[in-house]
Amino acid sequence: MTSVTDVSPARPAFRPTRAFQGLERLVVPALLIAGWEAFARSGMLPPALLPAPSAVLHALGDWVFGFDETTQTYSGHWLRDALASALRVFGGFALASLLGILAGVAIGWSRLFEKTLEPTLQMLRPIPPVSWIPLAIIWFGIADKPAIFLVFLGAFFPVLMNSIHGVKTVDHNLVRAGAMMGANGRQMLTDIVLPAALPSIFAGLRIAVGSAWMLTVTAEMVAVKSGLGYVLWDSYYFLRYDIVLAAMISIGLLGYLSDLGLKAIMARTLRWQQTTTVQGRAG
Amino acid sequence: MAAIELRNIVKVFSDKRRGRDLLTLDNINLDIETNDFVCLLGPSGCGKSTLLNIIAGFEQATSGRTLVGGRQVERPGSDRGVVFQQPTLMPWLTAIDNIAFHLKLKGVAKAERHHRAMEFIDLVGLRGFEHHHPSEMSGGMNQRVGIARALLMNPSVILMDEPFAALDAQTKLEMQEELVAIWQKRRCTIVFVTHSVDEALVLGNKIVVMTKRPGRIREAVNFDLPRPRDITSPEFNDAKRHILSLIREESTRLAQAS
Repeated sequence: MTSVTDVSPARPAFRPTRAFQGLERLVVPALLIAGWEAFARSGMLPPALLPAPSAVLHALGDWVFGFDETTQTYSGHWLRDALASALRVFGGFALASLLGILAGVAIGWSRLFEKTLEPTLQMLRPIPPVSWIPLAIIWFGIADKPAIFLVFLGAFFPVLMNSIHGVKTVDHNLVRAGAMMGANGRQMLTDIVLPAALPSIFAGLRIAVGSAWMLTVTAEMVAVKSGLGYVLWDSYYFLRYDIVLAAMISIGLLGYLSDLGLKAIMARTLRWQQTTTVQGRAG
Repeated sequence: MAAIELRNIVKVFSDKRRGRDLLTLDNINLDIETNDFVCLLGPSGCGKSTLLNIIAGFEQATSGRTLVGGRQVERPGSDRGVVFQQPTLMPWLTAIDNIAFHLKLKGVAKAERHHRAMEFIDLVGLRGFEHHHPSEMSGGMNQRVGIARALLMNPSVILMDEPFAALDAQTKLEMQEELVAIWQKRRCTIVFVTHSVDEALVLGNKIVVMTKRPGRIREAVNFDLPRPRDITSPEFNDAKRHILSLIREESTRLAQAS
């Protein structure tokens, strides 16, 4: 007599488990760090010039938690430094987003603004924000203001360009549909053009937040006496490459987190937009 | 009084690349009665969509008068509901919010908007999909939303520009039947642009055959075959033969002229 319990279910094809899927993205960084550690310990370069990852981690840990003062005056001050930089990024980015979207929508929507405003802005755009540093310092002194000004310059143009593009490329038929349903000029802008331009505006904001971090750090190297960029440059003068690297890692991490935050807001706002990839739908 | 009166409509497009003007519509005169289902039938490029856009107010005639409900058309407006060739829905709005968009523009509160839109969700058979976004629905479902959106405005005329052209044959048949049912139930005036003789004969009770460029009205055929129409009946075939002969005559004339 055969028992039904003997029938074993077909073995499922091999699929990497969830835990393994998480791990595979760590393979390349882990190999890089291991190689770097091995190279640093081999003694081919003096440890002061190429600190091992373990030394960098040590410096970062002390900078954050202040356990053995290897980072001297910075020991335990990471949060203060990171916050100083983050506030400048936030201030400049917020200002740039507000004005960039306003000006971009105005230029994209109205021929008048396009003719009067755009040529001037487009002439200012190729000037590297960094080249404003001398002027920023004599105008605003050595403090938060020149840094915020620089961040603003770096973040404004990506937002502006993408807002103009977003408004200009709104499907003409959507505007017709709006007119057919009786939208007046203001409603056309707020209820049709603006939502339709949002994906493009968000693309601009994401580029802008990256530029914002770049310019905060640049400004802090020359025009401010606090923040992650200042620590980086100051440590370079004392040949503390471990702190330089720890600062670089901090900036990278915070920049990445800002982008993640922005992406989360974007995902909520643009829930209607199914992100399709060549391989099919995701999310 | 006719629902739509077209008087001596001429439309000239300036073709800048070739440096000359292109006569697209040549002296169109047409009266469309209230509750008529009129099909504008003609080959691609005969100006039938241009004529529809002029009635909708999207384009201005070079000369001539367009009256809807006795009033001169100057701009688009919610007295003329348009169903586009592509659904042209707001992709960030759900089906129900797309249908009720006109009410939102008028400042109607959300609960009231949804309440009134539900009737049209049911009318086009989309119950259960009211909170789907256009990207989550098929082309046929989106086109239903487009039709419901036009109906909700309770316009005096509905203008349709080949709305079923992008649909597969089976969906197209279903949609044609539903459109006729809606037209019978709600008693509205429809102007429907198509290049398909069969579609025009299935839908319209008046078929306006247009000639190729420049667009003129060849003949307006009244077609009162009772519904539901049997597309294999002798009456249907007689009408089809007549319309095809009009079109064929036209192409021979063009061939001889060239």
